[in-house]
Amino acid sequence: MAKVRHESEWYPLEPGETVLDGLLRQGVHVPHACRAGACQSCLMRATSGAVPEAAQVGLKDTLRARGYFLACACRPQEGTALEVAGASELRVPARVVALESLSGDVFAVRLEVESPLDYRAGQYVTVVRADGLARSYSLASLPREGQLELHVRLVPGGAMSGWFAREVRPGERVHLQGPAGDCFYVPGQPEAPLLLAGTGTGLAPLYGILRDALEAGHTGPIHLFHGAREPAGLYLVDALRALAASHPNLHYRPVVLAGGGGQMEEGALDAKVLTCLPKRPVGWRAFLCGNPEAVLSLRKKLFLAGFSLKDIHADAFLPSTPRAGPVAGAA
Amino acid sequence: MTSVYEKIGGEPAMAAAVDVFYRKVLADERISHFFEDVDMERQAAKQKAFLTMVTGGPANYSGKDMRAGHKHLVDRGLNDMHFNAVAGHLKETLEELGVPADLVGQVMAVAEGARADVLNR
Repeated sequence: MAKVRHESEWYPLEPGETVLDGLLRQGVHVPHACRAGACQSCLMRATSGAVPEAAQVGLKDTLRARGYFLACACRPQEGTALEVAGASELRVPARVVALESLSGDVFAVRLEVESPLDYRAGQYVTVVRADGLARSYSLASLPREGQLELHVRLVPGGAMSGWFAREVRPGERVHLQGPAGDCFYVPGQPEAPLLLAGTGTGLAPLYGILRDALEAGHTGPIHLFHGAREPAGLYLVDALRALAASHPNLHYRPVVLAGGGGQMEEGALDAKVLTCLPKRPVGWRAFLCGNPEAVLSLRKKLFLAGFSLKDIHADAFLPSTPRAGPVAGAA
Repeated sequence: MTSVYEKIGGEPAMAAAVDVFYRKVLADERISHFFEDVDMERQAAKQKAFLTMVTGGPANYSGKDMRAGHKHLVDRGLNDMHFNAVAGHLKETLEELGVPADLVGQVMAVAEGARADVLNR
């Protein structure tokens, strides 16, 4: 049996159980969301004992060196003991300054942090509520804008999005952790074609990346595809049309599965995306964000169409996952 | 003796070859299901290790690892037909990258030598 010590209390772990599951099962509050090692909400720090390598995959070297690990990916070896602490010192206080509707179920949340957050447009942060509820959101803002902008979709039954939509007023305080993620624009090769494609609120990081590239003086063609089931699922349409009107190298293509017409194309997003590619997309860079199935399918299609893997930056939005059933006896 | 790995350009050559090779196996419906992976980077890294090994570069896996690593695929039906398809893509990849025929021959001989381990025979 492995055991974990948190705030002077020892907690036994079931065989194969993660630190996150073990602590939650025994009533310890640990912020968490994706349970897949991606969102980094469940970041903890080991103060004593060995952390399995798998629990530090994807973390920055500076965090690893200080003993940080992801509780959802941490399965300590049988018979070992691990002493852990929360990651509260990595969180910065933030204040909601505005909420603004962008479409039927998407709204922008603007936040102010006391000291500027060092981030790249397109990265994501984890919002942590006072009671520990945590969810990750991509940043749609640019660092120079001061305020942070998140796009939140009201998910039916969603704990954080429902709270934002119904209860939060300007002035509400939360904490932010991050930034994380490597889906962002890197200056250089300003003539290279860029392909930005996303579904739903996958537009948030793309909106940041797009404006970052334009402000950095990117002159190559930029193809922005935003996909939704129906026209009501698209947002920032006018802002993007205006941006495209003032930047001839920007090609904005809203795509819907049904109900298209006029300037709104109808069809499958990946089929539309593939039509803009030349026979050999040499030097192209792609940024794909949003629904995991769409992102993973598009990444594979772009790779097969000739993209180099290193030139495809993908950010699949994982849903928050409820706690898995008890490990013992699970089928 | 200098290895094929060094003669064709070492690590940078492998990095270029892996995209070409992975694209070929992923596009081949006879074998693509063995290579599907949500984590494409991890899958590409495995294939780079394979290319490095068959070209005589710094190999970090043994025959025993080859057996263990393919056991679950053999259970799923991995057989000579699949092995031949992958070997064919390897040969084409090297040829497309302009590797001289005698070196391609050497690499293919090494790959052939791994057949029994890969197929767990």
